Amino acid sequence: MNWKMSRVVRTVTDIMVVPIIVYGIYLIIHGHLTPGGGFQGGAVIASSTALLIVSYGSFRDYKKDFSSMESLGLTLFILLAIFGILLGATMFHNFGAGTGGLFGGTVPEGINPGYVNTGGTIPMMNIMVGLEVAAALSLILWMMAKASDSMEVEA
Amino acid sequence: MRKVFAMLALLVIFAFLLLAVAELRGEDGGFGEPVHTAMDDYFLQDSQSHNQANNVVTAILFDYRGLDTLGEATVLFSAVSGVLTVLRKVKPVKRGGKE
Repeated sequence: MNWKMSRVVRTVTDIMVVPIIVYGIYLIIHGHLTPGGGFQGGAVIASSTALLIVSYGSFRDYKKDFSSMESLGLTLFILLAIFGILLGATMFHNFGAGTGGLFGGTVPEGINPGYVNTGGTIPMMNIMVGLEVAAALSLILWMMAKASDSMEVEA
Repeated sequence: MRKVFAMLALLVIFAFLLLAVAELRGEDGGFGEPVHTAMDDYFLQDSQSHNQANNVVTAILFDYRGLDTLGEATVLFSAVSGVLTVLRKVKPVKRGGKE
């Protein structure tokens, strides 16, 4: 694109992009404690990409970055699911719950304030799905913006 | 005649659905007390001890019904593949007799 929005919009975008991304990461990481999760957090992160595309207009070629990010997220998600077969009983078995490793803390029964280092594979899968959704929606937005810009009518 | 038959059929179906819904109410007949709660109770009571996660919804999405989430992620992946296929750059094909 060879246009961009006014300086006011660009300044507000500069200020707002970082809180939006931080909020998306918060939604993803706290997916097993509060409402939200991978899909929602990924959509929030992708909205920051939409804001950047709309306000700045010109952008580099991010197609390969987003594409590899999406493939990485989905591949790691499926690998985590298959590790459930290898280490436990079934696919999507929560092999990390309560083992003391990463996200392996134990939750007291009943009402509790909520601890981030719990949940087993659920936070890991949230992170993978968040990676995938953020990259996928960003890639769709980027491709549409690029295609609408470089549209030429050819006979 | 056809309209009368259609109305009769609709009435029969409506009465059947109404009876089925009335059957779903609890023993006291109270509203908000569903009958088949075995699955709900299982999830609500055991998800904390099974998954060590507070959020029951996330526990269902990523553990009990993980294949469903995998399907959603695959749908998103195929959507992106479709967008990339539709919006790819295509070199114009020369038509006509020239070579």
